[in-house]
Amino acid sequence: MGRARGVPVLRLRPRSARLCRQQPGKCARKPRLRLRVPAPRAMALLQPSRLLGAATSRRACLAPAAARSSSWWSHVEMGPPDPILGVTEAFRRDTNTKKMNLGVGAYRDDNGKPYVLNCVRKAEAQIAAKKMDKEYLPIAGLAEFNKASAELALGETSEVIKNGRYVTVQSISGTGSLRIGANFLQRFFKSSHDVYLPKPSWGNHTPIFRDAGLQLQAYRYYDPKTCGFDFSGALDDISKIPEKSIILFHACAHNPTGVDPRPEQWKELASVVKKRNLFVFFDMAYQGFASGDINRDAWAVRHFIEQGINIVLSQSYAKNMGLYGERVGAFTVICSDAEEAKRVESQLKILIRPMYSNPPINGARIASTILNSPDLRKEWLGEVKGMADRIIGMRTQLVSNLKKEGSSYNWQHITDQIGMFCFTGLKPEQVERLTKEFSIYMTKDGRISVAGVTSGNVGYLAHAIYQVTK
Amino acid sequence: MIASDTSLNHEYLPILGLPDFRANASRIALGDDSPAIKEGRVGGVQCLGGTGALRIGAEFLRRWYNGNNNTTTPVYISSPSWENHNSVFTDAGFKDIRTYRYWDPAKRGLDLQGLLEDMEAAPEFSIFILHACAHNPTGTDPTQEQWKQIATVMKRRFLFPFFDSAYQGFASGCLDRDAWAVRYFVAQGFELFCAQSFSKNFGLYNERVGNLSVVGKDANNVQRVLSQMEKIARTTWSNPPSQGARIVATTLTSPLLFAEWKDNVKTMADRVLLMRSELRSRLEDLGTPGTWSHITDQIGMFSFTGLNPKQVDYMIKEKHIYLMASGRINMCGLTTKNLDYVASSIHEAVTKI
Repeated sequence: MGRARGVPVLRLRPRSARLCRQQPGKCARKPRLRLRVPAPRAMALLQPSRLLGAATSRRACLAPAAARSSSWWSHVEMGPPDPILGVTEAFRRDTNTKKMNLGVGAYRDDNGKPYVLNCVRKAEAQIAAKKMDKEYLPIAGLAEFNKASAELALGETSEVIKNGRYVTVQSISGTGSLRIGANFLQRFFKSSHDVYLPKPSWGNHTPIFRDAGLQLQAYRYYDPKTCGFDFSGALDDISKIPEKSIILFHACAHNPTGVDPRPEQWKELASVVKKRNLFVFFDMAYQGFASGDINRDAWAVRHFIEQGINIVLSQSYAKNMGLYGERVGAFTVICSDAEEAKRVESQLKILIRPMYSNPPINGARIASTILNSPDLRKEWLGEVKGMADRIIGMRTQLVSNLKKEGSSYNWQHITDQIGMFCFTGLKPEQVERLTKEFSIYMTKDGRISVAGVTSGNVGYLAHAIYQVTK
Repeated sequence: MIASDTSLNHEYLPILGLPDFRANASRIALGDDSPAIKEGRVGGVQCLGGTGALRIGAEFLRRWYNGNNNTTTPVYISSPSWENHNSVFTDAGFKDIRTYRYWDPAKRGLDLQGLLEDMEAAPEFSIFILHACAHNPTGTDPTQEQWKQIATVMKRRFLFPFFDSAYQGFASGCLDRDAWAVRYFVAQGFELFCAQSFSKNFGLYNERVGNLSVVGKDANNVQRVLSQMEKIARTTWSNPPSQGARIVATTLTSPLLFAEWKDNVKTMADRVLLMRSELRSRLEDLGTPGTWSHITDQIGMFSFTGLNPKQVDYMIKEKHIYLMASGRINMCGLTTKNLDYVASSIHEAVTKI
């Protein structure tokens, strides 16, 4: 494997010792704590709220006796629970039978149950019958999956596909794709290390880009006054972004707001982006899931490319194929030509290899089987539309139920917004009341996962929201 | 069992992975009666293969070990080692990656003296990557007595042990025997990391099944460590793939399947051991110049044959036998059908080149 420019070179030091920098400071005094020892079976992550705060003192001083008896980790702080996944954990602990989990964005059917797509089950059966081996995938993943994934996003007739001026690598779902992209840009995008995110954005975007060594900035996006798109604010901010900065867009079904630009607004955004010569990173986690139509949901991505903007793109199959825990995703770089694509691919592999060597096969095989078999693909498109339609239906029912409750507020944004999430406009205090008084769980920003709403509980939800907002 | 269980779905695992997998994977490494497990001071992080476990461990160490975000802590990797070790720690942000002497090409064995000297000379708190068993690529492991000496020096110099355990069970055929070094260090009171891979011993290569076992001074420390591991996992892959972990967890928690697995592992290890003895005896029968006892002295998947780059080139170009330029061969590539051909080819390479 060749060495990329900018990759630190292994330095072989002479054997002579170097004095280690020793940290001054008092010996760490950790709180004396006897915890109940959980049985090995249940040795999962223990609830952070039950634990003492960490000793924040500096690392142990170095008198041998003291160092031996203290821990290397005395100064390690207790990390805060993940805001999104933490909601589910709190929900699980709740014993109220009417409880609702509107936290994490995972689709539920009208019975509130996880939904395994029929096309997925069929694909799994086909794969099992072939009794394939478990040999390592290449670093870039399953080739048939990569190709099909690019075609799904870009359209099969895309000139990019025809000219082969792209590279797609399999990734660990959307997060892994964003991470590869972030690391790739940190290493090779020399013009800027500033990434502009919409305000607000998915909570995990910020730490992903930051961990990769990039700086985060924001452009206006959500208008809390209208619970809609702040188009003029976005245009204004974007037109002032320094040239050649990196800008991230949600391709469809914006997370967490559910607010998407209309096509004519996307056109203007693309035009400003071109004028400012910005580098575009599209995050598409919901293709098909937003409108029910995969082409419509990919429209913005395809439009930008047609305008000559060579984007990078993250895709996830967690939601639209219900493959959440299988970790299926892809990262695509649109290049000037096929030769550049080959060079980019080689560098992506150099990034991936020291991260996890090669990706997991199971989900990619399922996705590839579905995308590449006409029958299964057709069935999948129908099921995706079914999921999207159910969500759209729940939005409609929620609004009509709120009206029936007697709410005087304008809840139109609930049906204007699209995709899995809805920014209700509820304030943190109201959210807290919903959780405490009604056992309805959502993130503090007032975001609900509409996928967690069913015809059985939409009335209860409307009632609860009315109670905390009247 | 998993395929026919219709109650299973494809939902997200927790960030740190499947609880049953994590607990049982750590149990496999540290032993059923591990006092550290009983004391609740062991944690597991499900990761994508051994590579993923190494990377998450490296990312954590760079953030939290020997100060905060101390990228200058020296990291020592054996000479030679698996090439990816260097990249893992470099990409995790460490700036000072060094080697410690390991392989003695003259005696075709462990350079223990050089190893211990390098440990004595290493700055305190340096991180040492140790191969738990079946050293890759040399197939040369310290004996138990040698491990004891290594542990003594590491304790005195406050060096951090980061074990890479990719072949537990695969080396000797016995899980406990292959975990002896890790368990000894734990018994000696070390805090350590152990990156476990289930790629080889479960044959689950492409499912990416790994576990980072964290052994700390007490439960409180381990819990805080795990909470920070969560943050790292969240920005790397959010949560790990479920399929392979379910397979391993199901196997490890079912007495029947567990017994069958141990047997399967022994079968794999025995075949490799057979190939070693068969190759060695053929070379000795052919009278191939040099000594070939190292082929059976070495352990695990790989053998450092001692072939030089020119001889390796001959093997590839003339005999269509593909091996690494270092002379490393994967013993698993040998079968009863090709042993003769490989032996005679090595003979030719050594006598002609």
